[in-house]
Amino acid sequence: MALDSKIPAGPIETKWTDHKFKLKLVNPANKRKYTIIVVGTGLAGGSAAASLAELGYNVLAFSFHESPRRAHSIAAQGGINAAKNYQNDGDSVHRLFYDTLKGGDYRAREANVHRLAEVSGNIIDQCVAQGVPFAREYGGLLDNRSFGGAQVSRTFYAKGQTGQQLLLGAYSAMNKQIHEGGIKFFPRHEMLDLVVIDGKAKGIVTRELNTGEVKSWAADAVLIATGGYGNVFFLSTNAMYSNATAAWRAHKKGAFFANPCFTQIHPTCIPVSSEHQSKLTLMSESLRNDGRVWVPKKAGDDRPANQIPEAERDYYLERLYPSFGNLVPRDVASRRAKEMCDKGHGVGSTKLAVYLDFSDAIKRLGKPVVEERYGNLFDMYKQITGENPYEIPMRIYPAVHYTMGGLWVDYNLQSNVPGLFVLGEANFSDHGANRLGASALMQGLADGYFVIPYTLGDYLATVGASKLTTDHEAFKKSEAEVKEVTKKLLAIKGKTTVDEFHKKLGHIMWDYVGMARNEKGLKHAIAEIQKIREEFWKDVMVPGSETEFNQELEKAHRVADFIELGELMAIDALERNESCGGHFREEFQTEDGEAQRDDEKYAYVAAWEFKGVGAKPELHKENLTFDYVKPSQRSYK
Amino acid sequence: MMNITLKVWRQKSCNSQGAFATYGVEGVSPDMSFLEMLDMLNERLIKKGEEPIAFDHDCREGICGTCSMVINGRPHGPIKGVTTCQLHMRSFSEGDTIVIEPFRAKAFPVIKDLVVDRSSFERIMVAGGYVSVRTGNAQDANALPIGKHEADEAFNAAACIGCGACVASCKNSSAMLFVGAKVSQYALLPQGQPERKQRVLNMVAAMDLEGFGNCSNTGACEATCPKGIDLPHIARLNREYIAATLS
Ligand SMILES: Cc1cc2nc3c(=O)[nH]c(=O)nc-3n(C[C@H](O)[C@H](O)[C@H](O)COP(=O)(O)OP(=O)(O)OC[C@H]3O[C@@H](n4cnc5c(N)ncnc54)[C@H](O)[C@@H]3O)c2cc1C
Ligand code: SF4
Ligand code: FES
Repeated sequence: MALDSKIPAGPIETKWTDHKFKLKLVNPANKRKYTIIVVGTGLAGGSAAASLAELGYNVLAFSFHESPRRAHSIAAQGGINAAKNYQNDGDSVHRLFYDTLKGGDYRAREANVHRLAEVSGNIIDQCVAQGVPFAREYGGLLDNRSFGGAQVSRTFYAKGQTGQQLLLGAYSAMNKQIHEGGIKFFPRHEMLDLVVIDGKAKGIVTRELNTGEVKSWAADAVLIATGGYGNVFFLSTNAMYSNATAAWRAHKKGAFFANPCFTQIHPTCIPVSSEHQSKLTLMSESLRNDGRVWVPKKAGDDRPANQIPEAERDYYLERLYPSFGNLVPRDVASRRAKEMCDKGHGVGSTKLAVYLDFSDAIKRLGKPVVEERYGNLFDMYKQITGENPYEIPMRIYPAVHYTMGGLWVDYNLQSNVPGLFVLGEANFSDHGANRLGASALMQGLADGYFVIPYTLGDYLATVGASKLTTDHEAFKKSEAEVKEVTKKLLAIKGKTTVDEFHKKLGHIMWDYVGMARNEKGLKHAIAEIQKIREEFWKDVMVPGSETEFNQELEKAHRVADFIELGELMAIDALERNESCGGHFREEFQTEDGEAQRDDEKYAYVAAWEFKGVGAKPELHKENLTFDYVKPSQRSYK
Repeated sequence: MMNITLKVWRQKSCNSQGAFATYGVEGVSPDMSFLEMLDMLNERLIKKGEEPIAFDHDCREGICGTCSMVINGRPHGPIKGVTTCQLHMRSFSEGDTIVIEPFRAKAFPVIKDLVVDRSSFERIMVAGGYVSVRTGNAQDANALPIGKHEADEAFNAAACIGCGACVASCKNSSAMLFVGAKVSQYALLPQGQPERKQRVLNMVAAMDLEGFGNCSNTGACEATCPKGIDLPHIARLNREYIAATLS
């Protein structure tokens, strides 16, 4: 099947404006005749639900959380980018566009990235108008900081709680619409299937988590904004309940999954301490503004940090990348940390950590300034490790953090299944093979506030209001399938817990589909994951019943999907015989260990079509063209 | 490694009777988080064919407000300024008996074991926790400077994670700290001015309707709040409310 990205013609600076003008509109009086389902109410889904309800559509919003405010977006710490150039340091829409495209190692669509940069400024305006308390300078104007992969200060922030404040903004916009009746919100409802009728997305099937009730919902269009799938790895910085189920079940109903192997491993996380670890904690990238990364020059050096003299420390990022220093993009910083540890320079008891040192910053700025900037992060670190980062350098190590891959969407954020739109981290659209810091919040809100309100109308105006109800047999069939899978999970009554399977999968993923990948390892991983899948369906142990609040059952559904998705990630990584961004294939690297892209053969989006569990998925390619920025070997030297 | 004893509130569903059950937990590492200790116990229970303990959690870094529980009589446990998920076993000692209960309040009915229904908070927010602004046409963000002091104070109020510990700690089950934080945030910012009066009236009415109790100034909420939301926000809520009813 040919993939049509629907990128509008014309110069890049005016594509979006021209396109908006050409899109069909739904007459204001007709909007309430359309019902829109929004699955997921984090930044992307929350902003979309509010904006669409404001336009007059009838919105049904679903979340497995008890409140939109609990979505994983709440955990974002560092900030959100916008090309406001308030600092007068040379920023512009074009520069943000360029940085994001380059940061993504030229595996994203130019037109999408440009649009993202164009609307970035509006996002900040919108959030401030909602009462989001961004950090300010003494003069009352907004403050900025810098993030990796950029040489300008364009990141807006609210202490270390930017995601929280932005999400509370979107949540408040939703609340207004809930109050006015534009949105009906269904908490603790988990989408377990997409319903496709005559080739178009027409509704979903949910399980209500408190009672287990399985129910169908019909609509004119379905928006999925259910976040990323980093938890395939078991250990990640994602919240415990973040999962891929909505996206994966939509994939099984025909939606293509794009670039599944593009995962981001974040360089600054608190290292794993024991087998019992349930998740990993991110230390915001903003710390790299003032913290310096180093390891002992001598391999195996066991002395505590403060006994290692300056001359015997290797500030390897500053040494290798003099112009970006500690602020190289995440993929580069992570890979270098792994390399240092692999060569025996790791620190701490596990030797799987490097130092992030603030002593120079404290000398230069004074402790109060450092505290003002990073106080809550330092507290968090101390709480978890028992060590005081004002005195001892932090120990950090890379951890799975974000997934650039996701359901394939065109320029209008529509998947290949008409009527199914995908927003936020759940889609693959704007970050290519590596996302720059502070760009996910930007993308989620761009999708929800500024893109979907335009593009959705065009689809609706084209197909007209649907008269289908949940009496249609397709809904009954989906409901029956969901119930059957649930029954099956409960009936196995095996010996292995859901978490044990999840951890097993996570180990394979981390070892072979993690920071460094190679052909042999990936083939091994695929075989192992298939084995895990077979064992899971024979031996999983899920207690309780389906008609009650049952957290193990919820997890079992999600882990079943993670196993299938994990296999696809490995298949995708094996197919892509190049290194780019977060996808590092050991066979393809430059002499100094940088990712070696192959633009001749791999400048495409890999969009996979589901062909059945265990059957080889079919690859569809969307070729990427670069008319405005010429792909080059990324250099941060 | 430590061995501890847990007394945990078990309750099958909203309508059933609950009771404490006692579990010995062996091999607890001080580096484990409190919730990881419960994960470990749950894995053991499942293996033994028993029902795991239901508890709410998600981010496990103190920001989503999902985790709850009263630990040894204190919502979010013994350490000031942290949520249950940020609590580590190094705060306990070998041989300790730890009592774990759900947040208890009329407005927070139990769903199962330690999981409660906090949708009453949602209804308060829906009643007025927002600034009415349309998407797409906001003026430039720097067109309206806000003094750093006001901005910081608004931020401090906005840091509330909506966990409900304030309610659980209060002998009257009052939600004044939670509501005060939101009302304060908007009252301090220029964006919140146009709807200032209506907002406080609507939110307080919704709060009363949900069956939260009155504030008798014991300060238990402030002492328990993991995000340092303090009593001046309740004072501001009172002032705002009086001002709104007088005009
Ligand atoms: C620790 C951390 C820090 C970060 N810091 C930053 C940062 O500083 N800057 C930045 O730009 N980005 C940051 N990110 C990335 C960014 O936070 C996320 O990519 C972004 O918030 C995702 O938003 P979302 O709306 O797509 O999804 P989420 O916020 O994950 O929302 C998903 C929603 O979908 C719902 N859902 C999921 N599945 C289902 C289902 N089956 N049925 C019903 N509902 C469902 C959930 O209930 C939730 O409402 C960070 C990420 C992490 C993990
Ligand atoms: S005021 Fe404090 S205790 Fe109450 S809900 Fe907010 S964060 Fe929780
Ligand atoms: S689990 Fe998110 S605050 Fe505790």
